[in-house]
Amino acid sequence: MIDSDGKRCYILPTMPSSVDATELRPGLKLLMDGQPYTVIERQFVKPGKGAAFTRTKMKNLLTGRNVENNFRSGEKIELADIEEKGMSFLYKEGEDFVFMDQQSYEQITIVKDLVGDDWKWLKDNMVVFVLFWNGRAIGVTLPNFVELRVVTSEPGVKGDTSGGAQKPATLETGATINVPLFINEGDLLRIDTRTGGYCERVKG
Amino acid sequence: MTERERIAGKKLRERSILNRTIRAFFDAREFIEIEAPILVPSPGLELHLDAFAVENRYLITSPEYQMKRLLAGGMQRIYSLGKVFRRKEAGAHHNPEFTMLEWYRAGAGWIEIADDTEALVWQCARQFRVTEVGRCALEPPWPRLTVGEACERWGRVRVYGDEDVTTLRERVAAAGWRVPADGDWSDVFFGFFLDAVEPHLGRDEPTLVHDWPAPLCALARAKPDDARVVERFEVYAAGLELCNAFGELTDAAEQRRRLESDLAARKQRGLAEYPIDEKFLAALADMPPAAGIALGVDRLAMLLLGASDIRDVLPFADDEL
Repeated sequence: MIDSDGKRCYILPTMPSSVDATELRPGLKLLMDGQPYTVIERQFVKPGKGAAFTRTKMKNLLTGRNVENNFRSGEKIELADIEEKGMSFLYKEGEDFVFMDQQSYEQITIVKDLVGDDWKWLKDNMVVFVLFWNGRAIGVTLPNFVELRVVTSEPGVKGDTSGGAQKPATLETGATINVPLFINEGDLLRIDTRTGGYCERVKG
Repeated sequence: MTERERIAGKKLRERSILNRTIRAFFDAREFIEIEAPILVPSPGLELHLDAFAVENRYLITSPEYQMKRLLAGGMQRIYSLGKVFRRKEAGAHHNPEFTMLEWYRAGAGWIEIADDTEALVWQCARQFRVTEVGRCALEPPWPRLTVGEACERWGRVRVYGDEDVTTLRERVAAAGWRVPADGDWSDVFFGFFLDAVEPHLGRDEPTLVHDWPAPLCALARAKPDDARVVERFEVYAAGLELCNAFGELTDAAEQRRRLESDLAARKQRGLAEYPIDEKFLAALADMPPAAGIALGVDRLAMLLLGASDIRDVLPFADDEL
């Protein structure tokens, strides 16, 4: 388009800063009471004698808690400035964790509280997703499954092959989990990071 | 999906049985079935109803104007089982074209209609041998509580019906609930009600909520001993809003005032302006005291047939046409 001085100028597409309640969709990141949320589900609701609303189930990205809210059609809801970046784990620095942005190679330190119990599955060079809100890291998401090697585990008692029997095993990350008796030191295990449980032994 | 697969997922035989059960219920109580007109000069002026226009007529959003004219004309007990139409209503519990059951009793109050509702739902439930939906036990009597009691119990907010929107907003916010940036009394109330109260209604048994705040009066009359609320009730069961009933307003002057106020609000908001139905207003002069109700038959079918989506009880939902 042409501006008032007759020069050509361009309007860059920008992210809208708010959406109407009717535009809420799963995955959209919202700002409510100063906290960032991600939309999980939404449903059209309308009381017989009232306005239309969008019943919205959302997860608070800071606390992880789910909440449900009803936004009236026509109500504007502020969007949160949320960015998700793929980052690889470099090393531990004291109690904190240093990651590298896979695109810019920039390094950032993430405090241990944000990683929480997920430290158990973090291995050098593992790629995780880091969630940023207004440029500040607020969450780390691991792949659903990771493969980790057993460094120490007592041999299982010979002959005891009954189904449920388990023994502890220490992984290369330092975490200890329960595994079936047939697992040996040096085995590579597939772990579900959402449950923290052993899935299977993988070849390798 | 093939047509055969699509139809196999529908509960159409059961709906046919449901319609027969409803008619048998009213026939046994000596009601007369009315085939209410579908094309009308005014579809009603409530702010949150959006009607389909057809030439110089509208598709009905409810047959209530004509049903009340029949009461004014001397009919005593009447019911209508037919389609009504509301634009822009589509979702798991909504379809733009849906089946409404309305019934009216001359000379009766909302209590008689509430008793009818319990008996009807229970008779239909027994027809399908359903006594519970999830953990919601359907056998009457059902708990009855006022809107004020429900708001206080689950939302910790006192709603009397005579507070202005600013006061209501302050009380809702003080109790820790989200308040939208704008909106009238109804908008603030329903935002709070949906967040705080409705999820608790009808969980263990259907719940009848009566005495609605005066700003949500619609076509209901004021409660004789407390003008802050109107004679209106709704029933919630297992996550569904089933019906809406009134002790009917028969005061023509008050009815005209409400319609004119709705029309002014429609103008102000840039909504479609529908005509005021003068024949309906004129008939109110001859209308006896009466009570009536509108019950969503698709919702009743969902409740009794265990459907979580209205599509499952319709031969063709709007997006399947």
